[in-house]
Amino acid sequence: MGNNNNNTEGFFSRLKQGLSKTRKGFVKNVDEMIFGEKVVSRNLFEDLEEVLIMADLGPAFTYDLIEEMKYRAKRKELESPEALKQILKEYIITILEKSEQPLEIPRDGIFTIMVLGVNGTGKTTTIGKMAHQYIRNGIPTMLVAADTFRAAAIEQLEIWSKRVNAPLIKQKMGADPSAVVFDALHAATSRKSNAMIIDTAGRLHTKVNLMEELKKIKRIMGRELEGAPHETLLVVDATTGQNALSQAKMFHEEIGITGLVLTKLDGTAKGGIVIRIAKEMNIPIRYIGIGEGLDDLRVFKSEDYVNALFD
Amino acid sequence: MFENLTEKLDSVFKKLKGKGTLDEESVREALKDIRMALLEADVNFKITKSFIEDVRERAVGREVLESITPGQQVVKIVHDRLIELMGGDSSHLRLANRFPAPIMLVGLQGCGKTTSAVKIARHLMNQKRSVSLVSADVYRPAAIEQLKILGETIGAGFFDSTMINDPVRICVDALSDAKERGYDTLIIDTAGRLHIDTELMNELKKIKDIINPAEILFVADAMTGQDAVSTAETFNDLLDIDGVMLTKMDGDARGGAALSIKAVTGKPIKFVGIGEKIDAFEIFHPDRMASRILGHGDVLTLVEKAQMAFDEKAARELEKKIRKDSFTLEDFRTQLLQIRKMGSLEDLMGMIPGMGKIKAMKNVTPDEKEFVKIIAIIDSMTKKERINYRIINGQRRKRIARGSGTTVQDVNRLLKNYIEMRKMMKKLTRGGAKYLKRSNFPFK
Ligand SMILES: Nc1nc2c(ncn2[C@@H]2O[C@H](COP(=O)(O)OP(=O)(O)OP(=O)(O)O)[C@@H](O)[C@H]2O)c(=O)[nH]1
Ligand SMILES: [Mg+2]
Repeated sequence: MGNNNNNTEGFFSRLKQGLSKTRKGFVKNVDEMIFGEKVVSRNLFEDLEEVLIMADLGPAFTYDLIEEMKYRAKRKELESPEALKQILKEYIITILEKSEQPLEIPRDGIFTIMVLGVNGTGKTTTIGKMAHQYIRNGIPTMLVAADTFRAAAIEQLEIWSKRVNAPLIKQKMGADPSAVVFDALHAATSRKSNAMIIDTAGRLHTKVNLMEELKKIKRIMGRELEGAPHETLLVVDATTGQNALSQAKMFHEEIGITGLVLTKLDGTAKGGIVIRIAKEMNIPIRYIGIGEGLDDLRVFKSEDYVNALFD
Repeated sequence: MFENLTEKLDSVFKKLKGKGTLDEESVREALKDIRMALLEADVNFKITKSFIEDVRERAVGREVLESITPGQQVVKIVHDRLIELMGGDSSHLRLANRFPAPIMLVGLQGCGKTTSAVKIARHLMNQKRSVSLVSADVYRPAAIEQLKILGETIGAGFFDSTMINDPVRICVDALSDAKERGYDTLIIDTAGRLHIDTELMNELKKIKDIINPAEILFVADAMTGQDAVSTAETFNDLLDIDGVMLTKMDGDARGGAALSIKAVTGKPIKFVGIGEKIDAFEIFHPDRMASRILGHGDVLTLVEKAQMAFDEKAARELEKKIRKDSFTLEDFRTQLLQIRKMGSLEDLMGMIPGMGKIKAMKNVTPDEKEFVKIIAIIDSMTKKERINYRIINGQRRKRIARGSGTTVQDVNRLLKNYIEMRKMMKKLTRGGAKYLKRSNFPFK
C-alpha cells in the first residue's frame, strides 16, 4: 500500500523505536523543563497541560491529572521534574493497565466478533488484519459482510477476504444486515469456522434508527447462538478528538461494547482520549492499528503506549 | 453547556455591576471557562491560547451594554470574533474559465472524500453544470467501485480508472476524456493518505502540477482532535489548497477543528456534510459553527430551518382544522411538503444537543421515495376529492393510480394512512400544533 513506510514522524515509529529523531511534544517540553529548571514550578505544570491536551486527553481530564500531580508535589513526593514525569507516566499506566486485556479466542466452538463504529474509522481494514492474524495462528476465520448500506462496502470486504483467504458470507447491497448475519451463523457450523468477524456499516452514534439496526443484529445473533456476539468491538480513529468519548459512551449504552480498537496510530495523532475512555468506562483496548497493510495490527500494550507518549 | 457557561459568567460578573465597563480581572475569570469550552470542542491548544488573548484585549474596557448582562457580553464578543475568524471569502468555487474545470479532493483516510465528491457533483449539477467523476484511489479496496455506484445514483459522468495503476495517469486521461465528452467539470477523488507519508504526498503534488486543478479542497472530519492543525498545515503547505469541506457534521462533535484549520491555512471552509445521503450537504455558515463550538448546539440552524418551513400562522390554522375534523387531503399535502422542506426530522432533532438520543424520535423519518409517491398521488386527485376523501371510490382510485404512476394498492394505502392520521390527530388535539411539528408518520 506504500503508506507509512520509512516515516519517522509517526506516532507508531515512536511506539516502535522508543526514541526517535523527531522528539516532539512531551519529550521536548519535559526535557527542557528538566534541564532548564530545578524545581517543579507553575510553569512546568503549564507545559504539562499543553502536552496532555495536544495528545487529545481533553481539558477536563488534563486538569484532573494536573491537580493530582500538584497534590503529589505538595506531599513532597516530587522533588524534581524528572520525578514528576515518572509519576505521571506510572499514573497513566495504572489507568491503562486495566484495559490491557488481549482478545483470546477459544479454540472450540464459534467465537463471534461484531465490529462497529462511526464512519471511516477503519472497521473493514481492521477486520482484514484481524482475520489475517487469526488464520496465520491456525484459527479458521469467516468474514461477514453486514455493511449492506455503503456503496461497494461488500466488494471491499470481499477483496480483503481473498487477500487473507477467509470465506465470506454476503448478500446483495441493501439486504437486511440481520439476515446476512443469520445466514452466516448457520454457515459457520457447516464450514467449521472458529472465529467469525462481522463488518457493520459505519454510523454516527447519534442516529437512533441506525442503533436499532445494530441492536437487531445483536439480538438475532444471541438467539441463534448462545452467547453471541462474544465480542463487540468499537473501532475508534486516533485522530478523533473529544467526540470519541461520546462515541464510546453511546455505543456502549445502546449496544454494549466489550473491546476497543484504536486505529491510525501511524499518523501523528496520539489518541489520548482513549485514556479517558479507559478510565471512565473500563473497557479493554484489544488492538491498535498502525497502517493499511495486512500486518499493521498490534495488541495494545499500555506501557509501550505511554512510553511513546512521553519518551 | 451554553447555559452553564452564561450562568457561570454572570456570577463572575455580579461583582462588576455598577462599574459600567469590563475590567481585566473579571474578563480573565470569565475567559477561563470559555477556554475550557474551546478546548473541549477540540480547538487546537495554541489557537485557543491566542484566541483568548485576542478576546481579552478586545473585551477589557468595553462598556457593558445595558440590555445584556456582562456574562452574555463576553460570550457575544467571543461569538462575534469566532464568526469573524471562520468567515471570510465566500463558499464559491472558482471554476469560471476552465473547460473542463478540475476539482481535486484531498485528505486523510476515512475523512469522507468519496461521499463529498458526489455531494459536490450534485451541488454543481443543480447549478446546471455537467460533471464527471474519477477516482485516483488505486490503493483502498473497492474505492473506485464506491465512487462509481454513488456517481450513478446522481447521473454524473464517470471515468472508469480500474485498469490504470498510476494515479497521475488516471487524472490526465480522465481530464481529456471529460473534455472529449463535453463535461465542464471533473471531480477527482484521491486516496486518503497520512500527511507524513512523503511518497503519497508527492503523488498529490504531481497530480496538482500536471492537472492544475481549478480548486483543491481539503476534506476534514468534524470530529478531528488536536492533530487537525498539523494535518491541514502540511496539506496546505504542499498543495496550497483553495478551501475546506467539513464532514460528518450531523453528529454531536463540536467541531473545533474548523477553527483550527481555518486559522492555520487561512483558507475558507466552503461546505459541510451533514449526513450519508448525497443531498446532506450545506454551504458553510460561520455563525452557526461559532455557536456550535461554544456549545449552543446548532440552535440557530434549527430555528432558521423551522421558521422557513413552518409558518406559525399556518400551524394554528391547521390546529383549528383538526379540532373541527376538517383536515383534508389538501392540508395533508401541505403538511408533508412543509416537513420535507425542513429536511428529515431526524436531522433536525440531531441538531439539538441530547435530542438525537430520545427514543420517541425513532422511525419518524418518512422515506424519501414514499414522500414523492404520496405527493404524486394527491396531485392526481381532483379538488373535490382532496377536500372530501369519502367520495374516492374504486373507479376514482384507479384513475388516480394511473395519473400518478402508482398502483391502486398505493392509493389505498395512502388513504388508509390518511384516515388513520386524522383519527390520531383528533385524539391528540390537546397537543395541537405542537404535536404536528413532530408529527409521527404512519408510513413505512
Ligand atoms: N494510516 C492508516 N489508515 C488506516 C488504518 N486503518 C484503516 N485505515 C484507512 O482508513 C480508511 C477507512 O478504512 P475502512 O476500513 O474502510 O473504514 P470503515 O470504518 O470500514 O469505513 P466505513 O465502512 O465507510 O464506515 C481506508 O483508507 C483505510 O485504508 C490505520 O491503522 N492507519
Ligand atoms: Mg467499512
